[in-house]
Amino acid sequence: MGFSSSTEPVISCRDLRKQYKGRGGIVNAVDGLDLDIHRGECFGLLGPNGAGKTTTMEIFEGLLQPTSGDVEILSMRWGQNDSELRQKIGISLQETRFTERLTVFETLVLFRSFYRNGHPPADVMEAVGLGEKAKSWVGKLSGGQRQRLAVACALVGDPLLLFLDEPTTGLDPQSRRHLWDIIRNLREEGRTVLLTTHYMDEAEHLCNRVAVIDHGKIIALGSPAELIVGLGGEHIVEFALANGSVASNKDLADLPAVKEARADGNGIALTVTEPHIAIPALLQHLQSRRFELARLTTRNASLEDVFVNLTGRHLRDDELSSF
Amino acid sequence: MTNYHPFRELLKARLREFIREPETIFWVYAFPVLLAIGLGIAFRNRPAERVFVDVQQHAAAENIAGNLRQLPDFVVTIHPQPECMERLRLGKSALVVIPGTSITFLFDPTRPESILARQRVDDALQRAAGRRDLLPTIDQHITEPGTRYIDFLIPGLIGMNLLAGSMWAVGYVIVDMRVRKLLKRFVATPMKKSHFLWSALSGRLAFMVPELIVILGAGVILFGFPIRGNVFSILFLSLLGTISFTGLGLLAACRAQKLETVSGIMNVIMMPMWLLSGVFFSPDRFPHILQPLIQALPLTQFNDALRAIILEGAPLSSQLWRMALIAAWGAISYLCTLRWFRWN
Repeated sequence: MGFSSSTEPVISCRDLRKQYKGRGGIVNAVDGLDLDIHRGECFGLLGPNGAGKTTTMEIFEGLLQPTSGDVEILSMRWGQNDSELRQKIGISLQETRFTERLTVFETLVLFRSFYRNGHPPADVMEAVGLGEKAKSWVGKLSGGQRQRLAVACALVGDPLLLFLDEPTTGLDPQSRRHLWDIIRNLREEGRTVLLTTHYMDEAEHLCNRVAVIDHGKIIALGSPAELIVGLGGEHIVEFALANGSVASNKDLADLPAVKEARADGNGIALTVTEPHIAIPALLQHLQSRRFELARLTTRNASLEDVFVNLTGRHLRDDELSSF
Repeated sequence: MTNYHPFRELLKARLREFIREPETIFWVYAFPVLLAIGLGIAFRNRPAERVFVDVQQHAAAENIAGNLRQLPDFVVTIHPQPECMERLRLGKSALVVIPGTSITFLFDPTRPESILARQRVDDALQRAAGRRDLLPTIDQHITEPGTRYIDFLIPGLIGMNLLAGSMWAVGYVIVDMRVRKLLKRFVATPMKKSHFLWSALSGRLAFMVPELIVILGAGVILFGFPIRGNVFSILFLSLLGTISFTGLGLLAACRAQKLETVSGIMNVIMMPMWLLSGVFFSPDRFPHILQPLIQALPLTQFNDALRAIILEGAPLSSQLWRMALIAAWGAISYLCTLRWFRWN
């Protein structure tokens, strides 16, 4: 997997930094980011809330000034080729509220009018499945439909590069699937897409490559499969003991086919290469110590496990704290 | 393939949004007309106010009261002394007449109707006692259109409405777009900022014309309001005023991040002008020391110029100085806006 870097990168940044003055002194929202994103990639910036994803995105979009560092978009730079760049990128911001008393079609026509070249609004409306809503007021749309309208507004100028900031946050599962289909189609058309998300499954489904970001730094970079393989085992065995008993992580990690053991909520999660070897060994181990099993599940490892493995935290442990 | 021009589409969006908002239509068009009707009725020309005069109980009281009852609009009653005092204190009477060897007038000199009553009572009693007037005088009453309160009010309401409409339709709407992150979304496109600002101003000017017609029309139809000036002069002055007031609206919206903030700023700008600039009553009533400030306000100059054109038929050329002051306010507002406006 992975993309060859023979093509000129569409987005390239070196030692990107953004500092804010916070209450407790200076906050490094982006802390020395190096990144190359290539043509045709669907690239995911992953991380918990406040990791610096949106700040990074907005610097790429030319909406924020970096404190320092070098950014090149489509071989151009913000501050030099702004109007040209704006013609070639499409953006869906986190939570834009479009004018409620305009129709879907009118909104798309308005956005289309800003671009020199682009798609007919009616075509874009069909592409995101809003054809039947052409004459509906934006105020009457559901959350999923509004999000699709936001993506349509990003597409209407026929961009070479698309930025989608948390396109599915807060949507119900069906609406998320619908948006995933749309984004997958964009990828198949060969467009370059940069998206942020804190849903690991979303990144696994959509992205060729992801960068896991925490506290403004990239802590892992690669295709979802590569990152999961990097855990050393592709399966996760989770169990909990009855009566709140505690088993030693150290003993568990020494079991055959177990790569790692960590506490997870009120239970324990094992990273395992071969479950058919690890599970019998685990059961025997627990029985010999007279522990009683409350639950035992096994599943494939996910990017969530990669994040937990790297940071010791779950992605959405701290929804409320930022930075 | 259809060609969409960004300025035209922005303007269309603005007009559609406005027309589809019933509340705005009410506040911009219906409210000033209702206000004119309400105030027009409340201050319509009526027979002179009745004046209540008390005479304190005394042997000569009946005689004095009899003389005073000859006066038109005077209601004269006789009461014992404590009751007279009480009625005066509560404002039920304007004046107490105390008979005696010399007649005493008891009244509050800060109440205009009391001073008036004192003069007329004195006059009537002097005449009854045999005084003769040496100089013949004649009273002539004016009630023709052009000099009534409603005639003063309607140009003031137009001024007030153009100011408020410009502040809300531009200032509030822009901050609302900022709050909704729509402004930021627009900046993320190749949209020219000048197209956006021009469309906001053009939209405002488009709504101004019907506003003017509705208020003037209601005045003419309901109150026989006289339009003595040139219609194009009225339109030109209104355009100038609206452009200048829109500048104030943009300035108010420059940096506000919340709707509450911009509402507060707009009220701070508008309230003093509604009070001081001669919307409901003449600014001459304010103390002398405030006059330079009052005369410097754009709404004062707008209202005065509009009254001169509509009621006196004055030509635009006679209002150059006032128009220059209105334009100066606009120019300063736009310059500050260009400097300070925050898009995201």
